Amino acid sequence: MARSFSERCAKAPVNKIIPFSSVDGPGNRTAVFLQGCNFDCRYCHNPETRRLCIACGDCVDRCPAKALRLQAGEVLFDPAKCCGCDTCIRTCTYDSSPRIRWMDAQETFAEVKKQMPYIRGVTVSGGECTLYPQFLKELFALCHDAGLSTLIDSNGTLDFRAHPELLAQTDGVMLDIKAWSREDHERVTGSDNELVLRNAVYLAERGQLTEVRTVIVPELFDTAGTVEETAKLLAPYRTRGEIRYKLITYRPMGVREQYAHSRVPQNEEMEKLRAIAITQGLKDVVIV
Amino acid sequence: MREITMERVNQVRDEILETVKSATLTHEQKVAALANKADSLMEVLKLPEGLDELMNQPIETKCICDLSEGRAPLRPRYIIPDYAKFMREGSKFLQLDPPKDLFEALNSLLIFYKHVPSVTNFPVYLGALDELLEPFIDDVDEAMAKKLLKLFMIHIDRTILDSFSHANIGPKATKAGRLLLEVEAELENAVPNLTMKYDASITPDDFALQCVKTALKSAKPSFANHAMFSSELTENYVIASCYNGLKLGGGSYTLCRMILGNIAKRSENLEDFRKNQLPYVMQTMAEYMDERIRFEVEESGFFEHNFLAREGFIHRDQFSAMFGMVGLAECVNILMEKEGRAGRFGHSEEADQLGVSIMEQIDEFNRNHVNPYCEATGGHFLLHAQVGISEDIEISPGTRIPIGEEPDELIDHLKNCAKFHKYFPSGTGDIFPIDVTVHRNPEFVLDIIKGAFSENLRYLSFYSSDSDVIRITGYLVKRSEIEKLESGQAVLQDTTALGMGAKQNGKILQRKVR
Repeated sequence: MARSFSERCAKAPVNKIIPFSSVDGPGNRTAVFLQGCNFDCRYCHNPETRRLCIACGDCVDRCPAKALRLQAGEVLFDPAKCCGCDTCIRTCTYDSSPRIRWMDAQETFAEVKKQMPYIRGVTVSGGECTLYPQFLKELFALCHDAGLSTLIDSNGTLDFRAHPELLAQTDGVMLDIKAWSREDHERVTGSDNELVLRNAVYLAERGQLTEVRTVIVPELFDTAGTVEETAKLLAPYRTRGEIRYKLITYRPMGVREQYAHSRVPQNEEMEKLRAIAITQGLKDVVIV
Repeated sequence: MREITMERVNQVRDEILETVKSATLTHEQKVAALANKADSLMEVLKLPEGLDELMNQPIETKCICDLSEGRAPLRPRYIIPDYAKFMREGSKFLQLDPPKDLFEALNSLLIFYKHVPSVTNFPVYLGALDELLEPFIDDVDEAMAKKLLKLFMIHIDRTILDSFSHANIGPKATKAGRLLLEVEAELENAVPNLTMKYDASITPDDFALQCVKTALKSAKPSFANHAMFSSELTENYVIASCYNGLKLGGGSYTLCRMILGNIAKRSENLEDFRKNQLPYVMQTMAEYMDERIRFEVEESGFFEHNFLAREGFIHRDQFSAMFGMVGLAECVNILMEKEGRAGRFGHSEEADQLGVSIMEQIDEFNRNHVNPYCEATGGHFLLHAQVGISEDIEISPGTRIPIGEEPDELIDHLKNCAKFHKYFPSGTGDIFPIDVTVHRNPEFVLDIIKGAFSENLRYLSFYSSDSDVIRITGYLVKRSEIEKLESGQAVLQDTTALGMGAKQNGKILQRKVR
């Protein structure tokens, strides 16, 4: 996905807003999911967030609630009619969703604000939300003015060093480290991880790396090596701010059929990996 | 005393025999039931005209319900002894000196509890346990203190046989409070009910988080808005029974409730409801409560003779009474329908605003009704959002949104609650089962509590969707105990039967998990 696209426009394609989320960072947060991702992770459990709609129209006639229509080369979505059956995203062969709202920071913040004072902050996730750095910067500025904390959930492909203004409005980044070796990372995601690892260190040095995560898919990549090297890399920076390492148990729910045959790791395997991370000096290591 | 018919006497005799032979009641439950049967033969209250037509009706049409308080009230419904005084001074009647260490303190409390009457014959208030025990907690090492507290809590669970019995902790963090929470998380018992008086400006986050973690294990404590209750009842308030805000050293003479949905059913339209039906039912219920209070104060002799009053653990002038209501949601929905308006309670601003205007009318009535024995609360009753009883069918507790109709998003649910909690100084509350994933993020729940209390919500309860102990409406029951009772075995606690009824009639296991 072309990164230049987002620079032209401070609007971002919003896939979904979860008003109260208990799983997107500490405390109660509103989670905003943006559409589009520049990785192609085999185990992606929401592949419908990967690409922007190409308006093929396949989903329009299948929608039982008639919430979709094709007009002037665009699929239009009426949220009021949507029954949430997900037929559209099951129909889509392009890893996309027609239920996208292009929203600017003001419009998005208006949706976030409804949850105040029950939330402590906002987390923007995806897809890959850093495809829209200008939108993030503007949204986070509004959140900060209102006293809300701001977290980015990212695959680490935005060069954060080049975006000091965004980082100034960001309280923390939750970063995926999907595999340690370049070969493994390319197999898992279709891309290399040089920038991801550089970002990890850069953010950790600044005390802005809130969390790193690795989805554990046993035979897909060197899980033990990844956990060990990641923990070793980050442990020295704990003094700048606690870094949580979240080890995510692979589950086939939502995964594209051609990739959904990996093995779900056993609890003992997960515990072993946790022990490895702790041995390397991380303290806050959780299994989910 | 008025005569009654032999027919009625014989009917009660049949019921007595049935109670005696019951396979599912324990001995204690039979004795309590037999006392109620005896009381049911009494006719000593001067009942207001029209009460019979409003009260002695099937649940589908009944407009007033006195919640089994009986016909000759021999004690106030809820009694809130000043346990701190007992710890300072002991009791002559109980032949107990003030406790000198943790062993004596726990032993003395357990003795005292056996002598605090209530509508269920079990004490509905067990004291601010953290404050009461903190002065003694360092008498022994921590492991011993915890063991003693554990035995104390087990003793309570196995001898105070209903979960309306309520202990308080907070708002300050204490060592005793921490140990009690640890013990409750380990025991996962239904009794006692437990409330954390929470105030973000007093309670440290780590203590509040320990409360949340404990609640996700054992469905308690619930969280009371300390600043709000204190502003209404002074800091000398307690939370007792389900979630009732009452004055320390006092209590509530009585609790009667209006079934608002049934008042809406008998109304021709909204105007008839407002101008005729609701005012008539409110007036009749207030007169009935006045008469019950008069009997308790002037005739029962309780306040002259019971040791609690004689030794100053309670004071008659610290009592009030609870003017209760249920089924606001059904009431609003019926009236909206009768008016030909669309929109349901909890989902439409118009419907919610109708609910608010009904509450304003009830509140105004109460502010204008004076009872000479409610000096503690300005001469007025306290409004109470009653949690329902097991026989209730299609009657939602207080102002709650009916189970099965909860808004998709918790934020919308809480915004509805925020419109109604302020009306009820003597208690209201909402209950949210929480998904197990939240165990890893208790701050999620604490953020909601902080936000809610800043929006003037009064009282919130949470439990984990997978826990055995769950909050039914205002009390706690173990799912495993309900299953035993359903299979025909006797169970220890009275409230299990109520929970079984609420499971069948009130759909309480189908609450939306958050």
